[in-house]
Amino acid sequence: MTNHWRDIKNADLILINGANPAEAHPVGFQWFVKAKLDPKRGPGSGGGAKIIHADPRFTRTSSMADIYARIRTGTDVAYFGGLINYVLQNNLFHDEYVRNYTNASFLVKDGYSFKDGLFSGYDSTARKYNIATWAYQADDAASSAFNDAHPAAGGAVALLAKRDMTLQDPLTVFQLMKQHYSRYTPEMVSRITGIPQDQFMRIAQLVGEMGRPDKVMTIVYAVGLTHHTTGFQLIRSGAVLQLLLGNMGRPGGGMNAERGHANIQGNTDHAISWELLPGYMKIPAPGQKTIADYVAQSASKKNDPRSWNFFGTNYRKFMVSLLKAWYGDAATKANEFAFDFIPKPGKNSSWMSIFDQALKGQMQGLILSGMTATSIGPDSNRVMDALANLKWLVVMDPLPTTSSEFWRRPGADPKSIQTEVFMMPTTHWIEKDGSFTNSGRWVQWKDQVIPPQGNARHDHWILADLFNRVKTRYQQQGGKFPDPIMAVTMKYGNPTQPLLDEIAQEINGFDVSTGKRLASFALLKDDGTTTSGDWIYTGSYPDGSNLMKRRQGVQYPVANDPTGMGFFPNWAWSWPLNRRVMYNRASADLTGKPWDATRPGIAWDVVQKKWVGDVPDYPATGPTADPNSSTSWLPFIMNGEGVGRLFSSGALDGPFPEHYEPMESPVKNPLHPSQSEDPVVFLYTGGSGSHGAVKQTFGTPDQFPYIATTYRLTEHEHYVTQHVPLLAGLQPKPFVEIPEKLAAQKGIQSGDRVRVRSNRGKVEVLALVTKRLAPSMIDGQEVFTVGLPIHWGFVGVSAESDPSKGANWIANALTPFVGDANAYTPEFKAFLVNLEKM
Amino acid sequence: MPQVTRRDFLKIGAAGTGAAGLTALGFDMAQAAQVQQSFHIAGAQETHSVCPYCAVGCSLVAFTQQNANGTRRIVQIEGDPDSPVNEGRLCPKGATAMQLATSARRVENPMYRAPGSDHWQQISWDQMLDKLATRFKDSRDATFVAKDAAGNTVNRTEGIAFAGGAAFSSEEGYLATKLMRGLGLVHLEQQARV
Repeated sequence: MTNHWRDIKNADLILINGANPAEAHPVGFQWFVKAKLDPKRGPGSGGGAKIIHADPRFTRTSSMADIYARIRTGTDVAYFGGLINYVLQNNLFHDEYVRNYTNASFLVKDGYSFKDGLFSGYDSTARKYNIATWAYQADDAASSAFNDAHPAAGGAVALLAKRDMTLQDPLTVFQLMKQHYSRYTPEMVSRITGIPQDQFMRIAQLVGEMGRPDKVMTIVYAVGLTHHTTGFQLIRSGAVLQLLLGNMGRPGGGMNAERGHANIQGNTDHAISWELLPGYMKIPAPGQKTIADYVAQSASKKNDPRSWNFFGTNYRKFMVSLLKAWYGDAATKANEFAFDFIPKPGKNSSWMSIFDQALKGQMQGLILSGMTATSIGPDSNRVMDALANLKWLVVMDPLPTTSSEFWRRPGADPKSIQTEVFMMPTTHWIEKDGSFTNSGRWVQWKDQVIPPQGNARHDHWILADLFNRVKTRYQQQGGKFPDPIMAVTMKYGNPTQPLLDEIAQEINGFDVSTGKRLASFALLKDDGTTTSGDWIYTGSYPDGSNLMKRRQGVQYPVANDPTGMGFFPNWAWSWPLNRRVMYNRASADLTGKPWDATRPGIAWDVVQKKWVGDVPDYPATGPTADPNSSTSWLPFIMNGEGVGRLFSSGALDGPFPEHYEPMESPVKNPLHPSQSEDPVVFLYTGGSGSHGAVKQTFGTPDQFPYIATTYRLTEHEHYVTQHVPLLAGLQPKPFVEIPEKLAAQKGIQSGDRVRVRSNRGKVEVLALVTKRLAPSMIDGQEVFTVGLPIHWGFVGVSAESDPSKGANWIANALTPFVGDANAYTPEFKAFLVNLEKM
Repeated sequence: MPQVTRRDFLKIGAAGTGAAGLTALGFDMAQAAQVQQSFHIAGAQETHSVCPYCAVGCSLVAFTQQNANGTRRIVQIEGDPDSPVNEGRLCPKGATAMQLATSARRVENPMYRAPGSDHWQQISWDQMLDKLATRFKDSRDATFVAKDAAGNTVNRTEGIAFAGGAAFSSEEGYLATKLMRGLGLVHLEQQARV
């Protein structure tokens, strides 16, 4: 989230897409309801915030919404595109914000184009774009003058772009954008999404009001947007709309992802991700020999003289401080701070690649820690074949999972499965301390409440112990390049049993010479004199105390929330630097006054000459902070432009979001039938070992005529709750939700057993005939959607008590092995099935 | 004037007797509930935790009592009224967190399944970690690439993958990243992808 849970109460309009907070995040949903019940909020003269829920299924979130729009799954780019078009055509955008706080005025290269569903630079053989034309027109003279006057530290040279502040030049981002979105008429939006035109217009009118400076809208989403081959662009199109309306950086605004696991945010930040290093730095690529090479190819370049480009400018400092944290004394100036020790992937190594490699016999071992690959999928049958093709599998979990038990699942022959399986019982969250970071970036420390049950061990003790045993073997026996293993710092009281408090200090970072912990990432250096395990957490544990433990909450609401905006700055700590709303310089106008005085993020105090309110996403004082100074920075300090990107060369499938159909769709793309799907979708085109080629596994509408989507229920969380009897009692059996009209056609009644098939697998579950789902008219055709909750498998209380032992209960047996071009996230939320009564 | 905290207010409310609290049954239900609650958590120690399920980040208060052998057991988990995130509220999952925390369904010892075997075998941590360290080193040595075809130094272990971390503490996740990268892994993934 750019904002945080409690902040949603500050919104006038709440747009919810690809999410069902009332059921999936029920306690967070109280802040939506607070906004709705607050007479000061809302469009027009107020009377309470309005909620618009666009979802294929009418849920409890819809029942609290002012408008429920039944949208076909995976078509939110068209929905947002229609809203963008409406805002542009009717001049409802926030003019001052768009002109000064976005890249609307930047000039794009002359060769850029979009035609018949393809952006310029498409290479159909490689299925890739050459993005050379998706770039700004460089102002070479200004760039060289600027670079001469400002010798770059760490290779961060400027690449200044030409701008037209009148927004009239046909090559401005603004004009190109108007042209791109002109195709997204209400009629086209309706053909693609199934939302009736008149209803769409009512939504557009409400959204259009949110471009007024005294109004603010939030967009809330979850995996209903990310789990698509167009997931990256689904989210980007929401962000583009928010920039047009001037809602990024403001309390009550922003793009807010509801995350689904207690610490999915924290361990994304700490980069358990193949393409990242902690703090969202890129993993180095082969061919980068020095840190300078790495920074030159990874860090953003300044595109405007007044862009701070904070991340790009300091990339080297963050990287060197990380290398010092990881490799300690072995990281020296002479050896490029052990830059060679960081492994450099040669190809995509994301989730699906693990199983692809296993099927091809390239993957020998897999460690799963609190994550069950077999249930998660996609294409669970493929994943189970992949596990059977490993030499060894480690499952670290407090409870049995479908992965730990895959070799003896119903129907499997254990004798034929040669994988060695290590089940390592780990401790629960409540048996250890440490921090969880929530969706709103609040890092909350928890205590150890009880000791480990039985012989369960902490995950980090298992990993530390394993590491030390591997290290000992290299010391005794030698082996391939042991140097990094010998160098990794293990400066803990007990190297096989580190304390989470010790690790929290390492993450925060130190001044090497004084041994004191640092209070801010602004203090990090690129000469090896500082360490930081994750620069965005520097300041969480400064020299005084662990700020993540702070507990000044609503027990004293007046004292603990001094601005009254719900920031509660002394409750826990939020990254970065305890800032509660990111990009908050954009919450104030050019002179530093909040766009809406009743809902300030930060404000320039002309007497004190400093920013007050939230922790500013900006320098707090001085000439680069003072809005009246000609040298003050542009508002968005993290990117090269210094302003928000309506057009981005950072996406691999287009600088503007474009609607593409899911890989399995009942219709051809009404915008460009010749290019129906995303042309650079993340797809394994080759064979995939024993399980066959992925491209053979897609189904067609003649055989699989119904759209299916997956989701969660309130009473379960993924798969672990299959072991909680009270919750299994509340939601005991898997089911498929079927719209009444389709059920009638098929002669299916609630409670009947139904087989649902995709071209990859099947589930056999109970039918739940419902009004919550209903047919939509898509491009003139009646289309049905069915829905499956994801929670069941062959392990747990329910499976044990069922005659089938949960043999065909894994919803992800149906889902396709294909993902987004940018994020490689699989398309769990839109695929084709058929169904029959058993 | 001293501020009355939300928690104090709840206590006053619950302890307040008088005619207004009397029900048709002739006794004060609120007081009865409070008395029952007091027995339940009498002498309990209060510690702070965070809900293990979704990422709203609801704060929990856990009440524990000491066992005869000196260890502690949980007697109750409830929402923390001081939290600006949940203000004491919990959903059905958070409210039943105790059944996840302590469960007869837990795996309490390391279990090993040999290739082709149809059963688990209980082994010690020492045996398990030794066996795995050997497998890990063998796979690393077998699949380690120091230089790629173009001659670039890449120092990567291609044949081992690590995935996980949405359920454990951030500090554990950071250590996992550091150690796995240190061992050369490039296949490092987490629930955020899926």
